[in-house]
Amino acid sequence: MKRAEDNAPRIGVFVCHCGINIGGVVDVPQVVEYAKTLPNVVYAEDNLYTCSSEGISKIKEGIGRYNLDRIIVASCTPRTHEPLFRAACEEAGLNKYLFEMANIRDQCSWPHLHEPEKATEKAKDLVRMAVAKAGLLKPLVEPEIDVTPSTLVIGGGISGMTAALCLANQGFRVCIVEKESELGGRLKQLHKLYPTLVNASKGLDQISGAVKANRNIDVLTSTLIKQVKGFIGNFEVDVQRGNGETAKFEVGTIIVATGTDVLEPVGMYGYGEHSNVLTQLQLETLLRDGKLEMPQRVVMVQCVGSREEKGRTYCSRVCCMTALKNAMLIKESHPRTDVHLLFRDLQTYGGHYEDYRRMAQDMGVKFIKYSLEKPPQVFPKEDGRLDVSVYHALLGEEINLETDLLVLSTPLIQCEDAKKLSHMLKIPIGPDGFFLEAHVKLRPIDFATDGIYVCGTAHSPKDTAESVSQALGVASRAAIPLAMKHMRTEAITAMVDENLCSGCGTCVKICPYSAIAKDEKGVARVTEVLCKGCGTCGASCPEKAITMRHFTDDQVIAQALAAVRRELA
Amino acid sequence: MKVNNSVLVIGGGIAGMQASLDLASRGFRVYLVERNPSIGGRMVQLDKTFPTMDCSICIVAPKMIECFRNPNITLLTYSEVQEVNGSVGNFTVKILKKPRFVIEERCTGCGMCAQHCPVEVHNEFDMDLGIRKAIYIPLPQAVPLKYTIDNENCVKCDLCQKVCGAEAVDFNQQPQTISLDVGAIVVATGFELFDARTRSEYGYGRFQNVLVSLEFERLLSASGPIGGHIVRLSDGRIPRRIAFIQCVGSRSLKGGVSFCSSACCMYATKESVLIREHEPECEVYIFYNDLKVFGKGFQDFVARAEDDWGVRYVRALPGEVVEDSKTGDLTLWYEDTTENTTRSIQADLVVLCPALIPRATSKDLASVLGLELDEYGFFKSKDAQFAPVDTNVPGVFICGYCQGPKDIPESVAQASAAAARAAEVIAQGNEGVH
Repeated sequence: MKRAEDNAPRIGVFVCHCGINIGGVVDVPQVVEYAKTLPNVVYAEDNLYTCSSEGISKIKEGIGRYNLDRIIVASCTPRTHEPLFRAACEEAGLNKYLFEMANIRDQCSWPHLHEPEKATEKAKDLVRMAVAKAGLLKPLVEPEIDVTPSTLVIGGGISGMTAALCLANQGFRVCIVEKESELGGRLKQLHKLYPTLVNASKGLDQISGAVKANRNIDVLTSTLIKQVKGFIGNFEVDVQRGNGETAKFEVGTIIVATGTDVLEPVGMYGYGEHSNVLTQLQLETLLRDGKLEMPQRVVMVQCVGSREEKGRTYCSRVCCMTALKNAMLIKESHPRTDVHLLFRDLQTYGGHYEDYRRMAQDMGVKFIKYSLEKPPQVFPKEDGRLDVSVYHALLGEEINLETDLLVLSTPLIQCEDAKKLSHMLKIPIGPDGFFLEAHVKLRPIDFATDGIYVCGTAHSPKDTAESVSQALGVASRAAIPLAMKHMRTEAITAMVDENLCSGCGTCVKICPYSAIAKDEKGVARVTEVLCKGCGTCGASCPEKAITMRHFTDDQVIAQALAAVRRELA
Repeated sequence: MKVNNSVLVIGGGIAGMQASLDLASRGFRVYLVERNPSIGGRMVQLDKTFPTMDCSICIVAPKMIECFRNPNITLLTYSEVQEVNGSVGNFTVKILKKPRFVIEERCTGCGMCAQHCPVEVHNEFDMDLGIRKAIYIPLPQAVPLKYTIDNENCVKCDLCQKVCGAEAVDFNQQPQTISLDVGAIVVATGFELFDARTRSEYGYGRFQNVLVSLEFERLLSASGPIGGHIVRLSDGRIPRRIAFIQCVGSRSLKGGVSFCSSACCMYATKESVLIREHEPECEVYIFYNDLKVFGKGFQDFVARAEDDWGVRYVRALPGEVVEDSKTGDLTLWYEDTTENTTRSIQADLVVLCPALIPRATSKDLASVLGLELDEYGFFKSKDAQFAPVDTNVPGVFICGYCQGPKDIPESVAQASAAAARAAEVIAQGNEGVH
C-alpha cells in the first residue's frame, strides 16, 4: 500500500566537499542536484565542511525551516563523525536515529581519486542507497541506567593507588583489589627512581599511607577477581580472599592497573648458568639492600629479549634510563669500577634524560653501540669471570670486555593472568601482549568497553611519572559516569520475536557480550544494556527471529536494492 | 569560603580540549582560553598521526566541535590571560579579549569578506607557505567559525564591511577585559619550533629546498598549500630523493637545547612512509642519532617503514648541507657513525626536524600565574615522579608538551590527569560535594 502523501518522510541531504578531500574529485553540486530528484527528498545542499560549526547550524536550520524528519549527510566516515551529526539532529528536536550517513570520501573520492566522473556516479549511488534506507528508519530510544557511584581498581601498585586516591578525594567510593599480600607493586622492588634519585620507598610509603587512611577506600589484599558481570554503571564483582572467603559487591566503573612482569632471560647471555649474570631488576634490589659485592668491572647489555626481529619486537622504554641510573649509582660509590653499557639506541627521551646520559658519560660510564645483527657474546673464564665480546663499530673490530658482573636489561612483559582478565572483562590485548586501548591516539586510557579504563604498565612499559600521569588520567575518565549518576546506553540492539524463536540457543552461545539468555519460557531474551548491536545473533538465527534495530531486513534490503536501482517490492 | 565550581583551561590544543571536555562532561563549568582565532592547536596542522596513520584533522575536528557544542564550555578564543589573583578554590582571572574587528555573534562564517579582501598575506597555519587574506579564518575547520581581521595587514579599504550581509565587520572594536572567578586552573600551552636558521650549516632559510618538518607536513597535507603533492618549492619538480635530518637543535650542547623532543623520530618515519605512498619512485633517508622507539607500537612502525616501504635509516651526524645554486639540488655531508667515515649524499629536498621547545611566552604566563619553570623552560612539576601535573601553586595544574616533551596520546592522558586533579581540589574544597 502506498503511503499517504502527507505521511511521507521528508528527507534532507547535506553533501560535504570536505575541502578538497571529496570536492576535489566528486562533482558535489551535481550530487546535490541528483539528490533533489530522489523520492521523499525535499531539501539538499552542499557544504565546504558539513562538520564545521557552520555546517552543523545548516543542518539544524534545515530541520526547522523545511520540516525535515530524516537527515542524510554524505561525507566521511560515521566512525568519527556520526555522533556529531546525530547530536545536531537531536539539538534540532529530531530523534537522532533518523539520521543516516553516506561515506563518499573513504568509499568514493579517496579510492577513485583518478576517476572523477565515475566517482561522481558512485557518490550518487551511495546517496540513493542512503535515501532508500532513511525512508524506513524508525526513532529509537536509548535506555537510561543508574550508575553505582564507586570504582573497582584492579591492582594496588603505584598506578592503582594513585587512581584510587584521586577518585576517593573526589568523594567516590573505591575498592582496590590486590593479589599480593600488601600494596605497592613493582615499586617495592626498586631502589632509587631516575632522574631525581628519590628513594622509591619514600613516595610509596607516602601514598600507601594515604590510601590506607582514606575512609572512601577499601583495600582487599591477597584477593583475586573471580568474576565480573554487568555493564557500565552496574558491574557485579565476585572476589575471593586469601582465606578462601568470597565477597560480592557492585561498582560503576573499573580501572585496570595490573602492572607487568619482568622477563626472566633464561638461556640468554649465560643467565641461569653463571651466578654473575643478573637482570637489571636483580641488580636494583641488591643495590637497594646494600648487598652488592662491588665488582671491578661491570657490563650491562640493553635490549635483552626486546626489540627482537620477531616475537617481542617492542622497546621496553624504561631499561635505558634504569641502566644509566644504576651505572651511575655504582660509579658514585665506586668510582674505580669500570662500567660498560652496551646499547642499540639509547632511549633518553624527554626533558631530563638526555642530560642524565651526559652526566653518566662524565662520571666515566662507557657506551658501546651494538646492532641486532651482531649481539654481544659471553664466554665464561676459568676464574669465574666472563669475557663479553662485542663488535665496536667505530673501531671497526670485535673487542673483548673482561667482567665480574654482567647485567641484562630485560623488558617488562604482560602479566600471566592478563589473558584471564581480558576474557573476563572483554578487553582486548594488543600484538605486544599489553592491553589495547580504545584508540591509540585520542582514547589512550579508555577501553572500547564502556566503563573500563587502563593505566600504568598494564597499558605498555612506562616509568613512575608516566604511570602516575595515566593513573590520574583514568581517575578523571572513570569519574565522569560516576559524577553524572545516570547515563544512556546503546539504542541499536537486538530484538527477539518470541513467536518465531525456537529456543535453539544458538544466539546465547554466539553472543560475544553475554547479552542473551533464555528466559523462563525457553526463548531468547536480550539484556539491552549489554547488547552492542554487533548483529552476530541476527545473522546466525536459523528462524530469523532476531531483528537488529536500525539494521532491519527491510532497511538493509531497500538499501541494497537501491544500489541496483530497484525498489522494495 | 565555598570554592568555585568552574575551571580555567589555558590553551586550546589537544591537551586543553581534552581537559575541558573531561571536566565539562561531568558538570563543571569550563572557560577555555586560546590566544589564536581558532582552537585546535598543533594537531590541526598535521597530515596524519603515527603510528596508526589516522588523518589528524579527521580525528581532532570532532573534538573541536564537541568543545564548541558542550553547553558547559565557554570558548574564549583570540584571548589571553592577563592577570590572576586569589588562591586555590577562588581565583580571579582577567582575560584580554583581542579585537577581531568582526562581531562574533553576527559572523556566519560565509567567507564573502575574504573572497573580496584584496590583501594577500602568508598563512601561519600553512607555516607561511600558503596564502590567506587580511580578513581570515586560520583553517577551514576553524572553531568557532568566525572571521578575524589581521590589523597589521589590513588596508582599511572597507570592502569586507560592504559585502558582509550580516553587518559583522566593526573597525572600531576595542580590546575587552573579561573577569572570571574559577576554582582551579589547567595550563596546556604546548610548544614552539626551534629556529632552524640558527643551524646555518643546514642552509634553512638560505636554500629553498631545505624545509622544516612542520612545513613539510603542510605540503603533505591534502588541505595544504599545494593540495598534498610532493614537489620542490624551487622548481615544482617531484623530488627523487628526500633526506630527513633528526635532532636539529635538540640533544645539542651548542646553540640548541639539551633535551630530546621525543616525537621527531616517529613523525619523520610517518612523513617518510607518506612520501613513499605518494611517490613510490622517491627515495627517503632518515639521518638519525639514536632512534627513539620507546612508545607503544613505535618499533613495529619503524620495521614496517623499513621493510614494507623501503625507508632507509642511517645512523649519522650530518655536518653540512651544500646547494648547487643552478639546480637547487643539495649535497648532504655526514659522518657515518656505524662505519666511522665521512660520506655525502645527493638529495632534492632536505627536511630538518627541529627541536620542539617551550614557548617563549611561557615566562610571561609563569609570572602571571606565579609558576616555576624548570631548567629548560617547561612548567615545573611539583614532584617529578609522584605529582607530575601539580605545580608550586596549589590549584594550578599543567599538562601536555608545556610540562615536558611528549606525543599526542601522552598529552591526552595527562590532560585527563590535570582535569582529575582540578576536580579533586574543587571537590575537597566542597567537602565531597559534586
